[in-house]
Parts: sequence; structure tokens; C-alpha cells
Amino acid sequence: MSTLESQLTARGGIDASLRTSRATSAFRSRKDERRYWILLTVFLAVGVLATLGLIFYNNPVPVDSPSFMPVVRRRLVAVVAMLIAALCHSFATVTFQSVTSNRIITPSLLGYESLYSFIQTGILFVFGATALVNFSGIGAFFIQVGLMITLSLILFGWLLSGKYGNLHLMLLIGIIIGTGLNSISGFMRRMLAPSEFDLLQSRLIGSVTNADSEYFPFVIPLVLLTVLCLFFMSNRLNVLSLGRDVATTFGVRYQANIIFILILVAVLMATTTSLLGPLTFFGFLVAMLSYQAAPTYDHRYIFPMAFAIGFSLLTTAYFLLYHVFGSQTVVGVIIELFGGLAFLIVILRKRSL
Amino acid sequence: MSMNVIHEVESISQPQFSEQNPEQKSNKKQKIWTVPFIIAVITVIGLGIVSLFTGVYDIWHKEDGLEMFFITRIPRTIALMLTGAAMAMTGLITHLVTQNKMVEPTTIGTTEWAGLGLVFVYLLIPGPSLVTRMTGAILFSFVGTMIFFFFLRNVKLRSSLIVPIIGIMLGSVISAFSTFMTLFFRMSQTVENWFIGSFAPIQVGRYEYLWVIVIVTIIIFLYANRLTLAGLGEDVATSLGVNYNRLILLANALIAVAVGIVAAVVGNVPFLGLIVPNIVSMIRGDDLRTNLPWTCVMGMGTITFCDILARVVNMPFEMPVSTILGTLGAIVFILILLRQRRSRRLR
Amino acid sequence: MINIQNARKWYADEVKIGPLNIEIPKAGITSLIGPNGAGKSTTLLMIGRLLNMDEGQITVAGMDVTTTKSNDLAKILTILRQENHFVTRLTVRQLVGFGRFPYSKGRLTKEDEKIISKYIDFFELTELEHRFLDELSGGQRQRAYVAMVLCQETEYVLLDEPLNNLDIARAVQMMEHLKRAAEEFGRTILVVLHDINFAAKYSDRICAMKHGQIAAFGTVKEIMQPELLSDIFETKIEIIEGPYGPIAVY
Repeated sequence: MSTLESQLTARGGIDASLRTSRATSAFRSRKDERRYWILLTVFLAVGVLATLGLIFYNNPVPVDSPSFMPVVRRRLVAVVAMLIAALCHSFATVTFQSVTSNRIITPSLLGYESLYSFIQTGILFVFGATALVNFSGIGAFFIQVGLMITLSLILFGWLLSGKYGNLHLMLLIGIIIGTGLNSISGFMRRMLAPSEFDLLQSRLIGSVTNADSEYFPFVIPLVLLTVLCLFFMSNRLNVLSLGRDVATTFGVRYQANIIFILILVAVLMATTTSLLGPLTFFGFLVAMLSYQAAPTYDHRYIFPMAFAIGFSLLTTAYFLLYHVFGSQTVVGVIIELFGGLAFLIVILRKRSL
Repeated sequence: MSMNVIHEVESISQPQFSEQNPEQKSNKKQKIWTVPFIIAVITVIGLGIVSLFTGVYDIWHKEDGLEMFFITRIPRTIALMLTGAAMAMTGLITHLVTQNKMVEPTTIGTTEWAGLGLVFVYLLIPGPSLVTRMTGAILFSFVGTMIFFFFLRNVKLRSSLIVPIIGIMLGSVISAFSTFMTLFFRMSQTVENWFIGSFAPIQVGRYEYLWVIVIVTIIIFLYANRLTLAGLGEDVATSLGVNYNRLILLANALIAVAVGIVAAVVGNVPFLGLIVPNIVSMIRGDDLRTNLPWTCVMGMGTITFCDILARVVNMPFEMPVSTILGTLGAIVFILILLRQRRSRRLR
Repeated sequence: MINIQNARKWYADEVKIGPLNIEIPKAGITSLIGPNGAGKSTTLLMIGRLLNMDEGQITVAGMDVTTTKSNDLAKILTILRQENHFVTRLTVRQLVGFGRFPYSKGRLTKEDEKIISKYIDFFELTELEHRFLDELSGGQRQRAYVAMVLCQETEYVLLDEPLNNLDIARAVQMMEHLKRAAEEFGRTILVVLHDINFAAKYSDRICAMKHGQIAAFGTVKEIMQPELLSDIFETKIEIIEGPYGPIAVY
């Protein structure tokens, strides 16, 4: 073997851009690695810039006025909400896609958003507009999150364990439950008065301006904990994404790990949906871009890049649409639009699923 | 090189046409009008009659009762029959073309595309007529379904359950588009309401276009055999002398026309195309030719039944039939999936 | 050794595997042959604990495959299936590196790197080690997968039809590698093979299966008998003496 090595080094290595030392790295060449760090820095920088812009730019109130800070504070709330959304969607989608070995589906498929819409519409429908407006506060929030996680647990536990556990089946059933709930929600929506409908509409599209900072002290630690957990499971995730058989061959308990990971994903998705409303294709867009920007299989590198992209995307979008185009409510929809476009493009160019 | 190759195909999810014994086939060919079938037809006619006489308006004692009967009840029942047949049969065709039993126009995005078409029509033309709406819906359905079929042909799929998942995702993308359009252009609630399929507004003058479905049905019956061959995949079909591409285009057109008309006149009618063909083939096996009449009839029966339910459940208020179909359909779909998983070869 | 006792598996009412009773001794290559549907892959999967059996017991080196912790099993037993699709961008070296997971859990030590290099060189993948898997030919990819499982350095290596999609030259190459691995590294390799002649040339023992049962188990000479093989494969097979040993002609 040493003769081989000396032969290789004598020939000046195989390919100048590929590594010549015989060590395994997450990237296949120094060039790739350098590109990764550069992109990561760029995205983070853009995110930070956009954040500063969001907070300070075009503040209608002068710096020394007493109402300056409140404005800043309100904007800060929106920024924190964006941070949470970026964290949740980026980590949840990347994890979910790895675990299902499929880069086309997103965890939103599991019906969180349908459940969320269903709860919101249901309250409005059954109890009236005042009840919906009053359905806020920590209690209500955790009821929603709790309901979603419970549903996920049932779905995963029932459909993934036992002799006939099948991931795709579980996904499909999750989707159908979502569709069923959508049917009922749609029906309820139809019965609403137009004013009630508008009230509902704003809640049903993802919007950071809706976020209630009251929840932050609970949500932030929860999300951070979950995200860190996933990050430190990167090695296991790497193996799990090789598929059930290979993972089992390497001694990883596939089912137990998958269920645990999916629960973490559920926590993230439930939290972000309850906090900000549904953002179906945002995660997909972020994940897709991360795989391009981080040409590696290693989640230790994909996760941070995904977060950076998600955060910069969200903040920049809001900044542009808020300050440059003067519109705020449409941001969520526009992001969904681009995410949807990305999805269509990926679908039409895919070779194998 | 770009072929639709399905690895690890679970046996139930693929039509087992190859298992059909040629003798069996010709026997069944003659026996469409078997006793069970006749019973089914009679039941459906019975349901139709029930439908004619269900409703809030008292047609017996009111003066214009008879008029109402002709203006709303009869058209409504006819519309039900035609829609049921249409959706069930387009579901069957979709199964054939995609070689997958878990798909149907509402789970591959066709209806969402039709919805997008309607949005565009409302956008571009103020106060569009029914014909205009229908045309828009049909055109967009055609494009949408083509995209999906195209996608299927170019991608290697490793699990047949992925197909409906992708289809549904595609549908959500399109409906996100539609939502965006409605929000951006500040369209009213009524546009979103198209999606709620309901037969309540059906009356004379509104539903006649559904009769086109009869033509669609006839074409399907005529092309049944060739469509079956298409279901065996491009290679097999071509070597058997069938022009695969043209057939796919035809299938696509039939689906788009049927779904487009139904979308414009009635709205979204979910799950019918999935449940009815699956239940029929669970009971009778996979022979398209003889399943077709059954699918047709069962489709009519199911939707009539659901509509009667919709009218009766919350009298005097009417529930839209799509809610009933959506909820019941979801439950039945899940049951079908679960039933199959027991017979899957799994680790 | 691999000890199978009364292992059974039911698929549907008509399809069943077993009862299987066999002891596969350590070291060397044992081939599993038989017609389609004989249950070869199923048996392999059951040994490799990727498939649960409905009845019976399988022990590998004394460890029961259903009750022993998966991680412990991963240090003595590895299995490679026929179809392997990896979605992520993996280079050859990274893939082979995964074979060290049961020991280092993803954090590769210098020792691990040496071992990875060893197997990459053994399978002549050195020049390709930094290429992505989808940039390789089918044969090269197959070598990479096999290198991965061998890198796991388990005593027992189970391979399900590793020669599929390989042309003659590559298939010969693969079998040569496996033979060397069995000799140089002292592994016990159990391969499912379709081609009896490959089995005959490279195995130490052959196990023939039919209709979900073990029909015969013995040395190459014992199994390469015309009546036996004709019966198992349900077609006329003649045995002639070739330059490398007995050859089946059909």
C-alpha cells in the first residue's frame, strides 16, 4: 500500500483539485470545502444585513423620540419570529428528506397545516369571531402544538412500527387525513360571513407579523433544544439516510431512531405552524438550495447551511417586500410561490426518485 | 433511457393484466349483463328516484311544484349520474396510464389545475360565461395532467406509493398558486368557493354541458382495449402495435374534458375516481372491459348516495357533496391502503 | 459458524420458506444456489436480520440474530442486498468509510482511515476514491458497495447476488476479490449466486435450495452432480470436467 501511495504522490496526485491525502472528509475536494465556507459566510452576512435593515431602516420615528424603541422592539419580534421559522423549517425539512430518502416531499405533508387550519376554522365556525380572536395565549398555543404532536405520534407509532411498518404508507395516510380535514375546513369556510372569512384568511397564511412574542420564552428554548438534538445526531442521520437495510447492517436501530427523529420533526413543524401559520414550500426551497450550496452528504454541514439560507431568504424577502414594495401581507404567499416553482422545476428535471 | 421503471412494485398496486386468462377474458366479455350487474343498475335507478324526491322544496303541494321538479330535481339527478360516471371513469383511466391504483384526477393535481384555470378566467374576463369558464378549466387541466404524466415517464420510481404523494404535492403547489392569485388580485370569496363541489345550484340551463360526458364515456368504451394495453407500459404497448403517445394524449384529453366540465359546473369532486375503481377491482379483479360498466354504475350510485346524504343530514340546510365525499373518501382511502398493507411482503 | 434451526417464514398461504436446518462452518466461501423463488435471498436476509422469521432460530458465531443487540451483530456480521440506491452525494471513500460506523460511529480515527484505504486499494478503487457514486460505472459501484461491507471487518459477510449487472470480466474480478478476501482476511462469505459455474469455481461449499427448502449442502464436488442439479433446477444438466474444475452444461 505504501508503494501505491508513493506512486500517487510521485505522479502529482490524481487530480489537482481532488484531495491527495488519504483521509475521508465531508467534501470531496478542497475547492468544494472552500466554496461551502464562503457561501455560508455570505448567506449569514446577507441575513444579518437584512435583519439590521428590517430593524433600523426607514423607521418613521426619529432616534431620540420616546417611541423609537417600541418600534424597534416590534420589529425585533418579527425578526425573532423569522429566526424561529428559518430554524424550524430548515432543520425539519432536511431531516425529513434524509430520513425518507426522498428530496421531493416535505414534512408539511404530514398534515400539520391541515390540522392547524382545521382548528382555526373550527373555532371560528363553532364559537364565533370573538372566540377566535381570544384563542391566543400560551394555553391555546400549547393546546394546538400538543394536538399536532399527539396526532403525529399516533400516526408514526401506529404505522411505522410492527411487522408492516412502511414510511411511504404513513406519509400517504398523513396526507389523506390532511385532505379530509381540508374538506371539512373548506366547508366551514364556505359558511362564513365575508368579514369572518377575511379574519381567518390572514391567520391561515404564514406571516411573521402575526407572531405573538408572548410565546417566545417557551418556544425558543424548545426549538433550540430540538435543533441542537438533531445537529448532534448528524452522524446517525448520515447512516439513516443510506436506507433501512444499510443502516441496520451497521448496527443502527432503524425503527426506533426514525420514530424519535420524526417526533423531533413534528415538534418543529407543529411549533412553527402554530406560531406563524403554514409555510408549505418554504422548507422545500431552503432544502433544495442547501443541497446545491453544500455538496456533501454530511448533515453537520448541511444543517448550518440550510439555516443560513432559510434565514437570509426570509429576512431579505421581508425587507424587500416591506420597504421596497410596501406590501407586507403577501410575503408568505410569495415565498410559497417560489418554493412551489422550485418544486415544479425539480420535479421536471428529476431522473430517479 | 428515460423509462418509467417501477422497482419493488407491490403486487396489489399494479394492474395484473398479464394474469388474465384469455378464455376467462372472452367469457367475461359477453357477460356484462350478469345478475349482479342488473341488480346494481336497479339499485342505482332506485337511488336516482330517491334523489328526485329528496329536497326541501315541497313539490307535491306547492303550486309550481311540478315546474321545480323539472327545473331543479331532474337536472340535479341527471347531473349527479353524469358526474359520478365521469369521475369514476377518469379515475380508472388515470390508473391505467400511470400503472398505479392510488391516483386519480384529484390526487394528481388535475382539479387544482382546473381551479387555476378558473381563477385565470375570472381574472381575464369580467363575468365569464359558463362556457368560458369551462374552456379555461379544461385547458388548464389538460396542461396539468400532461405535466404529471410527463414527470412519471421520465422518472424512475422506487415505490408505487410515491406517485400519489408527488401528485398531491403537485396539487398543493398549484393551489398555492391559485391562492396567491386570489389574494394578490383581491378576488372574492366566491372564487375560492368553486372548490367546494356542490350540486345545489344545478338547474336547467346550467348543467347541460355535462351531457358531453356521455360522449366521453362512449369514447372510453370504444378505446377500452387500447387503453388497457397502454396500461402495460410504453414498450409493451408499442410492440403490440399501439401508438402509445397518441393514446396517452387521448386519455389526457378525455380526463381533462371530463374534469374541466365537472369543475366548471359542479366544483371539486374528490376521491370518487380513486375509491370506486379500487373497490370494483378488489371485488372483480382487473379486467378493464367488464369493470368499466361496473365502475360507471358504481360511480353514479356512490355520488347519488352521497348527495342524498348531503341534502338530508342537516335539513333544511344542504351540505356540499364534496365535504361528504372528502371526509368519507378519506376514510375509505385509508381503509383501502391499510387493507393492502397486510398483504404486502414486508420486512 | 452460522447455525439455522427450524427457521420458517410465511409470505402468503401458499408461499413459505422452511423449515431450514443447516450449519454453515467458518471460513471460505459458501454459495447459495437454486432456481427462482427458492428462497435464497429470503434466507440470506433472515440470517442478516433484515427480515424477521416467523419461527425458528438463527445464530451467528453463537449470537442469536433476533435477540442480540444490532450493534453487537454489526461487528460480526454484514449483509449487502441486491439493490442499493443512494440519494446523497457520496464519494467512494466516504461510502466505504461508512463501513467503520459500528466501531467509530462516524468519527473516523487514523486507524479507520488506514483500514478504509486498505479496502479501497484491495478493490482497485484507489483512483476513483473521490468520485461520486453516480459518476461510476455499474461494476465500479458494485465494487464500492462490496468494499464498504468488507471494510466493516466482520467475520461473516453475506452478499445477495453481487454479480448482477456485472459483465463476465467484472464478475470474475469480483469473485477473485471475494476469494482473496476469504483467504487473506479469513472471512466467512455467504453468497447468493445465479450462475452455478461461478459457484463451482470459487466456493468451498455449495448450498442448494428449492421450493423454500434446503435441498442439498456439501462440497463443490458433492453438489456438482448431474442428477442432483437436474432435479433442483428442473432441467437437464450435465457435468463435464473443465480446466478449472467441474462445469455445468445446460
